[in-house]
Order: sequence, then structure tokens, then C-alpha cells
Amino acid sequence: MSFKDKTAIVGIGETDYVKGSGRSEVDMMLEASRKAIADAGMKPSDIDGIIPPPGYTYSEELAANLGVEDLRYAATINMGGASPNAAIQHAAIAIASGVCNSVLITLGWNGYTAMRPKPGQPPGRSAGIAVLNNAIQGFYLPFGVSAPVQMYSWLAMRHKQMYNTPDEATGHIAVACRKHAHLNDKAFMRGREMTMDDYLASRWVSEPMRLFDCCLETDGAAAVVITRADIAKDTAHKPVYIMGAAEGHPYPADDIATRPDPFRIGLSFATPKALEVADIKIHDVDFLQIYDCFTYVVMLQMEAMGLCERGEAYDFVKDGNIELGGRYPLNTHGGLLSQAHVWGLNHTTEAVRQLRGTAGESQVKDAELGLVTGWGDLGDGSIVILRN
Amino acid sequence: MANYLPEGLPSPAPMNDNLDVPYWEGTLAHKLVIQKCSNCNKHQWGPEWICNHCNSFDLSWTEVAQKGRIYSYERVWHPVHPALKDQGAYVVVLVELPDADNVRMVGNLLADPEADVPIGAEVEAVFEDHPGGDMPYTLVQWKLV
Repeated sequence: MSFKDKTAIVGIGETDYVKGSGRSEVDMMLEASRKAIADAGMKPSDIDGIIPPPGYTYSEELAANLGVEDLRYAATINMGGASPNAAIQHAAIAIASGVCNSVLITLGWNGYTAMRPKPGQPPGRSAGIAVLNNAIQGFYLPFGVSAPVQMYSWLAMRHKQMYNTPDEATGHIAVACRKHAHLNDKAFMRGREMTMDDYLASRWVSEPMRLFDCCLETDGAAAVVITRADIAKDTAHKPVYIMGAAEGHPYPADDIATRPDPFRIGLSFATPKALEVADIKIHDVDFLQIYDCFTYVVMLQMEAMGLCERGEAYDFVKDGNIELGGRYPLNTHGGLLSQAHVWGLNHTTEAVRQLRGTAGESQVKDAELGLVTGWGDLGDGSIVILRN
Repeated sequence: MANYLPEGLPSPAPMNDNLDVPYWEGTLAHKLVIQKCSNCNKHQWGPEWICNHCNSFDLSWTEVAQKGRIYSYERVWHPVHPALKDQGAYVVVLVELPDADNVRMVGNLLADPEADVPIGAEVEAVFEDHPGGDMPYTLVQWKLV
């Protein structure tokens, strides 16, 4: 049984994206959730499934606050940054199989504030990333490897040397996201110009990653509401149907250093399945919302999904191909690189705006088919294919 | 020999319900000891509960050659851990062990941190002792042959 087209995203909500929210994670998630439910033209009591992030809150806390009395589906996905995107497939499966009718997915965190604790400030809640992990604690940390950028740099360096990937390849990704941020009200980097020269001049964080290869650290929350297709017809906006979705995990998933083929990432496994469910080809999509914690990670995903051959991402990203007006506009809101880091749930809200035709200055003309990916937890991947 | 990185980084105390104890006991004796399946003879690293290849519970620990080759690396400039605040650049390599089914290990490359790092170059293990603290340990580092 396929879940193709049996569910739709009908509501989206977001807080402001800031550095220094002064709010708790759950407070922000409740704001985004209320907005998403209202955006759908629904009542909180219409929600009967909740997928919270792994950490910061839990389904029953959100249900209690929102007044959801009949919670039939409460699951948590443990895929790091890919969790909110992967949750979309879980919601679609649960609804299509009749377990529940309408699922709320939310993510909120203090990605800026929590990294900069101040005396007297109450500690925030932590993410439940228990899988970070024996390999990291025992065999990475003593050698000065503790941050994600340091773990992904091994892949990036190998790629750069094996395929002679020029620095401009990742530069095009950073510059495209920045250009798009200038068109987005919520984008943290709106109005701050960045040229290729600026990109190439930015300082090394962990070679081959520069400062402008790295995403933002921001505070905020986002939420989406997914419902059954027949219910979706009576909601407030044009429904955005979930055509296909899949998740994938690299092998071994818990240790990025040991993988026989380091470029065989979660999306390498997930993409063929999602395309089969949606019954489309990867090159059919009108825009790309690709999880961009780091530029190199975007490039690896493009290659793993078959948008281009392995080692050929530079040809795919150059000449404006991934900018608005090009064939495959990338992260039309600015992405994690230049809008905000909300674990990619902001990629989904942007995809929904594009397919509703309400993306304003960033609107991709005649957008009908959109691609959203998630990445996290050392290369887990998820992919969602949406249509209007 | 001075340590490659300053004191203050987390100690690699045995993790994983002591699954990795034989490795750390080996490094204290300046031996490189990793898991090998007694059933299918495959090496694996890091330590796991059962053989990833044949699912046998009959895992043993075996000493392997202290030589490898560089699979990838990074040159870290931005200090994330507070202990590295004044460190400057340092290099972290992935080293694969051709004599042990190409399993890979993480370590620092003991060389000028700003020098070129040739992927594919042969390296050999250097044992870096950390005798202080409640639980002395030894890290396996690497140098170009």
C-alpha cells in the first residue's frame, strides 16, 4: 500500500528567527504550532497525532498545552537534524493507514543561546541525541574532534581531492543561499551582501570548510500540520500533497570514520525509494530545499540523489543553475546558511509557500513539484517530494 | 615527547559498557589491538558486540601491524573545545589499516600542522602516553613513514 498523495501539508507556522530569544524551547514550539494549526483553518482539537523533535519537549507536553484530548499517535524520530523532515513520512504513513487524521510536527530550539550560556540564566533543555555516541566520545574527542563541522570535513577533504572539486563549487551554494535570503523577511542574513570573493576570503574553520560554509546558529521554532487528503480539501489554503518520502541511514550509521564508501550517505538509500513512491524522476522537480548545515553536505546530497554524477556537483551548481531564475533554485528562503537553523523544518515551510504560490519575491514561476531533504546525525538522510 | 594537543580534552575512559577495554589496555603497552572475528576472520573497528559480517558472538582481540595510510584529513583552525583555545591549527587524520581489512582510525598527524597532508601516504603509529590522572591512557597518533 502506497501513501502517495493520500496526505497533504495544510498548515505552516514559524516564530521569528533570532539570536537571543529569551524564551524556552517549548514556548516557541507552542507559538509555531498554534500558528500552523490556525494557518490550516483547524482547531487544536483537530490534531490527533504529534511528532515532537528528539529532545526539548515530548508529545504529551505539547498535547496538554494545546488541549489535544485524543492523542492517537505520538512518535519521536531520532535522526538528528533530519528528524523533522523524516517525521513527514511517519505522519503520512500513520494517516494513510488510518491510525490518526491530523499530525502536528514541530521543532524549536535555542541554537544560538544554548551554545553561549550566561551566569544566572536557567539551563535550556537538551536535545536527545543519545547516539552521540561511543565512537565520538571514545575515539574522536581525544583528538580534538567534537563539532559536526570537524566530522564532515573528512568527507569534504576526500571529495575535494578525489574529484578536484574547486572551492567555487561550495562557494556557489553559499552565494545562492545568501542571494535568496535578501528576498526573505525572516532571513537573518537579509541585506548582508556576500560575493564569491567574500566567500573565498572567509576564514578557515576546519579545512576544507570556511566560515561561510557553515550554517547560522539561531533561536526559533517552526511547525507544520499534515492531514488526510479528503480533509485537506476543506482547509484554508491550497493543499500541498505528499507524493513520496523516504529515510535512509549510511552504514555504519553511528561512526562516520569507518564507512567503506563515505559518500554513500542516507540519501543514497532513501532517494530511489522516494522517487518510486512518487513515481517521478529526480530531474522533474521545480526547486530544491536541501538541508544545508554545511555547503559540502549540500553537494554530497546533490550527488547522492542523482541530480548530478558523483564528483560533478560543480557543473551542477555553477552558472546560476541553483539560483532563482535558474533551472533548480536552491533554498529559496536562504536556507540554514542564510535564513535560520531550525533543523530544516524551515525548508518544509518554504516548500509549502512555493507550492501554494505565496512565496512572494522568491516565488519559483509555475512551481508544481518540490523536493525537501533532511540531513543529520552523521549523514542520516530523509527526502520528501511535494506537489500542489 | 610533548603531547600533540594540550591537556584538558576529554579522557577516552572506557565506554560502551567496557567493550573497548582491551584496546586501551593494548595501547598502554604500545600495542595496536582491535577486534577480529574468530568465525569469519574479519577485523572490525570500533568495537562492537558481535561480528558485523557474520553476526558471530565469537569475537577476539588481535594485535595488528602499526602501519596504515591516510584516507582523509582535516586541518582544524577554529577551536571548539575550550582546552584548544590557544592551540592554533592541528591536523586530524583518518588512517586505514591495509593489514586489517582497511578498518579506519581517527588520530592526529604528528607533523607541522600547516604542511601538506598527502592522502594515500603511508604512516606508522606513535603511542602518546598520558600517565597522569585517575586512569592513565595512551593515544595512538600517526607520523609519515
